Amino acid sequence: MAVEQIKFGRRSFIKSSVAAGGGLLLAFNWFAPESAKAAVSGAESAWFKINAYLKISSQGGITIMSPNPEVGQNIKTSMPMILAEELDANWKSVVVEQAPLDTNLYTRQLAGGSDSIRQSWPGLRRAGATARYMLVEAAARKWNVPSKEITVESGVLLHQLSGRKGHFGEFALEAAKIPVPSEVQLKDLTNFSIVGKSQKNVDGLGIVTGMPLFGLDYIQPGTLYATIAHPPAFGLRLKSFNATKAKAMPGIKDIFSFKTFNDDYKRQWTDTSSFTELIAVVGNSTWEVMNARAELVVEWEQTPESRIIMAGFRSDMEVNVPAGLESTADHHRKMKEAATGPAKTERRDGNPEETFRTAAKVIERIYTAPFIAHSPLEPLNFFADVTSERALLAGSIQSPEYMEKTLSARLGLPLEKIEIQMTRIGGGFGRKLYGHYLVEAAVISQMVKAPIKLIYSREEDMTSGVYRPMYHATYRAALDSSNNLIAFHVKMGGIPENALHANRFPAGAVDNYLAESWSVPSNISVGAMRAPGSNFNAAAEQSFLDEVAEAADKDPIQFRLDLLRRAKENPVGKNNDYNASRYAVVLELLREKSGWGKETSPKNRGVAAYFCHNSYSAQVVDVVVENGIPRVEAVCCTNDCGVVVNPDAAANMVEGSIVDGIGNAMYGELTFTNGKPDKSNFDRYRIIRHNEAPRKIDVHFVENNLPPSGLGEPPYPPVFAALANALYKATGKRYYHQPFIKNQF
Amino acid sequence: MAIYNLNINGKKHQLNVDPETPMLWVLRDHLHFLGTKFGCGIGQCGACTIHLEGEAVRSCVTTISEVGTKAVTTIEGLSVDGTHPVQKAWLEHDVAQCGYCQPGQIMNATALLKRNPHPTDQEIEEAMAGNICRCGTYTRIKAAIKTAAKV
Repeated sequence: MAVEQIKFGRRSFIKSSVAAGGGLLLAFNWFAPESAKAAVSGAESAWFKINAYLKISSQGGITIMSPNPEVGQNIKTSMPMILAEELDANWKSVVVEQAPLDTNLYTRQLAGGSDSIRQSWPGLRRAGATARYMLVEAAARKWNVPSKEITVESGVLLHQLSGRKGHFGEFALEAAKIPVPSEVQLKDLTNFSIVGKSQKNVDGLGIVTGMPLFGLDYIQPGTLYATIAHPPAFGLRLKSFNATKAKAMPGIKDIFSFKTFNDDYKRQWTDTSSFTELIAVVGNSTWEVMNARAELVVEWEQTPESRIIMAGFRSDMEVNVPAGLESTADHHRKMKEAATGPAKTERRDGNPEETFRTAAKVIERIYTAPFIAHSPLEPLNFFADVTSERALLAGSIQSPEYMEKTLSARLGLPLEKIEIQMTRIGGGFGRKLYGHYLVEAAVISQMVKAPIKLIYSREEDMTSGVYRPMYHATYRAALDSSNNLIAFHVKMGGIPENALHANRFPAGAVDNYLAESWSVPSNISVGAMRAPGSNFNAAAEQSFLDEVAEAADKDPIQFRLDLLRRAKENPVGKNNDYNASRYAVVLELLREKSGWGKETSPKNRGVAAYFCHNSYSAQVVDVVVENGIPRVEAVCCTNDCGVVVNPDAAANMVEGSIVDGIGNAMYGELTFTNGKPDKSNFDRYRIIRHNEAPRKIDVHFVENNLPPSGLGEPPYPPVFAALANALYKATGKRYYHQPFIKNQF
Repeated sequence: MAIYNLNINGKKHQLNVDPETPMLWVLRDHLHFLGTKFGCGIGQCGACTIHLEGEAVRSCVTTISEVGTKAVTTIEGLSVDGTHPVQKAWLEHDVAQCGYCQPGQIMNATALLKRNPHPTDQEIEEAMAGNICRCGTYTRIKAAIKTAAKV
């Protein structure tokens, strides 16, 4: 059994404070007194808070708080499973509650970076194991037996020798008096009975019966509805407006303009927004405010050039926002120019220039990808009820902790007067990290002095910015006369940022390596979209490696495995992000599970693999051509994300990544004309549909006992390339430019 | 404005609204049937799918005046305890990721199975092509429909 040292610190999951006596206490841990009184007086269901995550009722009911935003990644089920495992609870009796934002009790209440499970794994295990310890101690005292003789199974404490047993609820009150242990034994992974076994989505029944679980569904009595108007083009801002006609329309309460941020506020990265002065239309119903919004007469003007210093994810970042109305044709021209101009060297090994000059064969290819609108199916919306005393916000947000700070500054309220309730999020893919809409809702509520529900129309949502950036990459490979890869060069660019990960494969596997980057400024706002950077990096690099393997007359899986063996046995450079052994194992498993090289009938197969967000994913895509249109027949996917907490839900998320990746590779594109997005709804902006999805997806996981790492993002990037490589087999053409449907069919 | 006597999930609801109001907003804002979702407002995503006299329609482009006294079924009317065969199949396959589109998917699938109790894979794909699942649960949706078809 692993012994886990309990460490206290500012960022630890179980927060600590120094008690009067000088010892450490879990500050929140004992809320027992009030409920304990109720228990003693014989109340039916007294609840005891054992720690920030766990409440146990005197009747044996167990409630586990889920601290992170649920955006479809299953953490509302899988995070409580981890705690329940160490607690030895009966999973079937566990009720899960969504915790509100509470920075005193929880850390990192964020949905992003595929990091919820990875970062909470140790803390949730400790929370479960310490609670189990305290329950056992309480039982030992009550029964007057040594605690080590007590076993726990499915929420029942048992003393075999005396035959005594009882459920958790019988000891919850006494457990609350047991000092928190300074160290605790964690279970051996081989003894897990909840984690690693597929458990159904705790919100499943609510979802299929239409319960109001989502941000859009959150309302309170007396709520007014609001929508916004933002400039129709990037590079424009509000000059003036006339709302006379709109105000006279039925159900309209108020129409006014407002600024999202204080002028002197140093915005955080989550405050990204191109349009910071908006018109709000407030009324009695969504339909009425949307109708009135259409009758606004607005004059816009060009925005001057500006420079913003933002608090970035790690450090401050300077964002240059040029003036002007940009078009996609300009973007292509600028990228072409920049791609042959100077670039920043991000990594250099050996002597790439000389090697390319003397190589037997040099392959050079260019890859591009367009802006993409995340388009979660639930449009941007939020509930806000702001008074002079306090603010209640409720809805779909991936980054509540960051947004609370911005709200505090904007509303002039201290952090402790701001409450953020998290609902289920109707899809995010990164878009709902950028919470300007939450601030907008709060400002509108503050101004109309009423609870309001802000709802973006799909058109406002799709044209409001924070897109996946536009990318451009030039790849070069040098082969010697024996077809060995002797030099590799990537020159990666983007508008307004690039996708380079300089220390990822094949860095470390090639003696002569050069990675460079460049970017072109733009006033079109961008942000993280599922596996940011990686999604294009993998698409380009893994397509390119397929072509290099072909030029070297090697099998594409074996070609990668040979490079990985080099990276493992004799790595080039020291700063390689990935573990070559784990990478190779995923590819070897893929070769086995897909029957690669052992096909019984001819198949148009493409392969790709990638490492990001601490996990490894590899895929074989099979494409068939039906009536001249390619269709993905099957996908085989192998993954190494360490321990898989909830296998069927994990497989579901991998399947979703694959469908999402195929969809965006084939169809995803937002173009611009004079700053205006050319598409604003799903009639023209294509999202992959049922009849375009793979007919079959097989998902496999490498079995190991390594701590769990990300899964929401890692399976997404490689499928772009696996698809391109399969399409090549099916059509004889290489696919360099996304979306594939537009350029090549 | 006009007075309507709606028949929703077998119960009468009277309200006075603009005849052009889409049923989506009548259901959500006026009557608080929140299971029916807003996705696009132009009948392109299927999140707002309800049944009108047993047929699947997009409630975001169906006005209250078109509905009148016709029988409306929403996701809440399928069953409140998840015992409808299509809901059961959805739970068996644990279809949902974010779950936002699923009420619309279930309503469309239910209408499909009513008119075609044993659809082929291709028939399922064609019938369900109007319902976007941004999370990409299509393979599970298909499996769940096939499970429900066997009941």
